[in-house]
Amino acid sequence: MIEVLRASALTTVQDQGRPGWAHLGVPRSGALDPAALRLANRLVGNPEHAAGLEITLTGAELRFTRAVTVALTGAEVDLLVEHPPGGARPAERRPGDLGRPLSLPAGATLRVGPARAGVRSWLAVSGGIAVEPVLGSRATDTLSGLGPPPLRDGDRLPVGTPTGPPAPVDLTVAPGVPAELRLALHPGPRQDWFTPAALDLLFGTAYAISPASNRVGARLVGAALPRAVAGELPSEGLVLGAVQVPPDGQPLIFLADHPTTGGYPVIGVVEDVTPLAQARPGTTVTFHGPQR
Amino acid sequence: MRIRPVGAYALLIDCDGPEQVEAWRAELWRRRAAGELSAVEIVPAAATVLVDGVPDRAAAAARIAGWSPEHVETTAGTAEVRVPTVYDGADLPTVAEHWGVDVPAVVERLRRTEFRVAFCGFAPGFAYLTGLPAGLAVPRLAAPRTRVPAGSVALAGPYAGIYPTASPGGWLLVGRTDLDLFDVRADPPARLTPGTRVRLVAA
Repeated sequence: MIEVLRASALTTVQDQGRPGWAHLGVPRSGALDPAALRLANRLVGNPEHAAGLEITLTGAELRFTRAVTVALTGAEVDLLVEHPPGGARPAERRPGDLGRPLSLPAGATLRVGPARAGVRSWLAVSGGIAVEPVLGSRATDTLSGLGPPPLRDGDRLPVGTPTGPPAPVDLTVAPGVPAELRLALHPGPRQDWFTPAALDLLFGTAYAISPASNRVGARLVGAALPRAVAGELPSEGLVLGAVQVPPDGQPLIFLADHPTTGGYPVIGVVEDVTPLAQARPGTTVTFHGPQR
Repeated sequence: MRIRPVGAYALLIDCDGPEQVEAWRAELWRRRAAGELSAVEIVPAAATVLVDGVPDRAAAAARIAGWSPEHVETTAGTAEVRVPTVYDGADLPTVAEHWGVDVPAVVERLRRTEFRVAFCGFAPGFAYLTGLPAGLAVPRLAAPRTRVPAGSVALAGPYAGIYPTASPGGWLLVGRTDLDLFDVRADPPARLTPGTRVRLVAA
């Protein structure tokens, strides 16, 4: 069992999401950086699809009622392990423990500090978070409300039975959080709804991440993209990374909790959205063609 | 029909109307079930079908271009879902005004219409129902309601729809149903899946 002492701004249960239901209006959801969660799972001996926690910006504080192995990947944070009262060992700061398996005795408390760089961390626990799956996934979908609600102080989360030994790892290399994101973008499917100048602006000017961004989408602020076609596009299916342009011309890049269909034209699709999981408001984003 | 690339792993099939959408939806689902198409999602919409999560986009586009959706089993023989509807929606007079008839005529028209699920979206289990003549399309509310109760039967554009859960919404409310439209323990979890025939019968 995990006791949530401090859930902070937004801590959710996430796994690799619930693909295959978009035709019923069910978003895919899942970790904003699926590979980072898979790595954390491998480090503690879990299958890659096990559920962990996605911790946002302000950290979290968790107590484990039994001995577990944990691993944290993602944003740059400080980890503080507090051993159970009565034990011989005092609290210890563990600055080198990101991306490594860390064994905690029963009763230990783990404090994940606020992100020094980046936004989100993924915490895997040996055995995985064992909340009831919904349509094959334990992910919290902030758009549709499927899956467990975001964590609150005092929540208790079940932990499953460990299935494998932790990985024998001394070091994993974290990619670091860039000050500026360069994203590969495939134009289309609706670039013909925009003037030729719109793609020039998208490829040629810098955008900034808006504070209104969330798990549904990264909103951008910058040059408005002019439309060539007025009127409404009939709703059509949306993919992860779709860059949708509402009437104000400011693009929005869809992330894990994006809606399955939408009615604003998509000017292009970002090939890999995972760097956006760590993009703070104000981060500069530029786009380049898929061929580089 | 035109196939557009969408990013690195998806295709969008532009169709010539809702009948062709339904034909391609059924054809692609059938081809996938037969192992002839590998795709994570096949998502019909108003005038398109999205094929997402294909391993080789160009190869998939070439194969799809060689297919024809004419030999498809239609859903005509499949069971129809009857939705018991209480016709007491707050926007019935507004709909009547748009249609140029009185409220009983609106209700009678809705009861008589054979609807079909064109596609789902907006929320899990929210089905866009076609069947009303295009000339009866109605606008959305200028300011959406902050909370529409679950089970509300409503109209917008050329579609009818039923809110599976309470949510904000700008559709014109014509009635309500107690039918459970989305249950994660059911298979499939949505009562109204694409292609399903639907009747909004009087409760």
